[in-house]
Amino acid sequence: MNLFDIMGPVMVGPSSSHTAGAVRIGRVSRQLLGERVEEAEIFFHGSFALTGAGHGTDKAIIAGLLDMETYDIRIPQSMEIAKNEGMIFTISAIDLKNAHPNTVLMYLKGKSRELEIQASSLGGGRISIDSIDGIQTSFSAEYPTLIVHNEDKAGHVAQITSMLADKNINIATINLYRNKRGGYAVMVAETDDPIPFEIIKELEKAEGIIKATYLN
Amino acid sequence: MAFESIKELMALHNKTGKEVWQLIMEEDAHDRNTTPENSFEKMGAMWTAMKASSDNYDPSLRSSAGLSGGDGERIRQYKKKCISGEFMGEVIAEAISMAESNACMRCVVAAPTAGSCGVIPAVLIPYVRKHNTPEDKIIKGLFTSAGFGQIIAKRAFIAGASGGCQAEIGSASAMAAAMLVYLQGGSAEQSASALAFALKSLLGLVCDPVAGLVEVPCVKRNVIGAVNAITSADMALAGIETMIPPDEVIDAMREVGLAMPSSLRETGLGGLAATPTGVNIAKNMPRLGSYN
Repeated sequence: MNLFDIMGPVMVGPSSSHTAGAVRIGRVSRQLLGERVEEAEIFFHGSFALTGAGHGTDKAIIAGLLDMETYDIRIPQSMEIAKNEGMIFTISAIDLKNAHPNTVLMYLKGKSRELEIQASSLGGGRISIDSIDGIQTSFSAEYPTLIVHNEDKAGHVAQITSMLADKNINIATINLYRNKRGGYAVMVAETDDPIPFEIIKELEKAEGIIKATYLN
Repeated sequence: MAFESIKELMALHNKTGKEVWQLIMEEDAHDRNTTPENSFEKMGAMWTAMKASSDNYDPSLRSSAGLSGGDGERIRQYKKKCISGEFMGEVIAEAISMAESNACMRCVVAAPTAGSCGVIPAVLIPYVRKHNTPEDKIIKGLFTSAGFGQIIAKRAFIAGASGGCQAEIGSASAMAAAMLVYLQGGSAEQSASALAFALKSLLGLVCDPVAGLVEVPCVKRNVIGAVNAITSADMALAGIETMIPPDEVIDAMREVGLAMPSSLRETGLGGLAATPTGVNIAKNMPRLGSYN
């Protein structure tokens, strides 16, 4: 653990897993959607459902969807802020199979994009993105992360990695996920260095790429 | 990536002649690929945030569940009458206030966790006020504290869900004790002894929060963490040595944590949470969707 995970983080309480982790999940989801969240259907599973109201997990997740950081003092008022900004949301409990006790499933809608995301809060504010648009994934969103949705065809991975190599960006981890052969695939690449905006733009235009998002 | 043991840290300290806080700062800078100046500045920001949390305590606030709030002010009003003296009164007040702020969704510094966020500021803020400690010394004290905490996290755990409250309040108390020894001008070995005393005294403490919330008994357990840090530091500064080496104490904490049933590791199913009153409180908790 890094030194400032021990002395820190600075966060709105009461719980690093149920509050700070939930803010991070909301914020990463907002970034993955790539635009302002207009509608959110939110389902809490396990401990999130049982103790979420007392831990402010509900306020925390909405705060994250509004792009707030874990130390934003407006987190307790996030629901009022969301309503004032015209965000429509519902929060309810769900029982998911084989999910971590602190899991949330969300259906998000923006002006032009939609996202289904399932994520869990692992403790100490660390999170895991467990599925995107129904495809199982597993990443922490702690590194610069490139997420590419593409048609499951030969050559896409090589194309993307060579684009990154051209810009001298070192890939820390790379994972591929797909629903079925020849169907829809998601590639998640965590890099040591930030990825320039033009690469994302270039990728989005490439043939067979459905969408590309970037977290930093 | 951090030190593996207190023994390793002490050996490096003796070999290089560098102070413990400096070794920890340099290790952090190396680990995060940054400069020691940046690391020092970041620790300074933690201190600033800690002071701000303390200054922003609002006694009128109550937590969403209604179980916490206002007690920090109660003890602050009473502090002159404290059996243990006014300084200890301030320590108790600070520990409760900070933990209440956390329960009421205010901004705190998790140190090492949000649930134990009151322990370090509870000893540090009254100490600094009393001794007029210069800011750079305070920051060095925080490095000492965090570095020892990092070793605890590496060898054992700091989360209640992993190892019970001994891992949270126990670790925070050990970190605070090591820091106090440094601030008082004690040696690195005395810091390590203080850490061992503090951890030993809280060994076996379970994590049994009522309704699964970071409120009862967590808020008041921050007090025992702080008070225990002070007595542990005093024992070490008086020259008392720990019979069991600090690394072995940390390893024992891990063993004890692993042996704890899950009902006593933050599940809200055992201990105080399972008392008739605890169960009743849990039944009447606010539910999701009640705001819709």
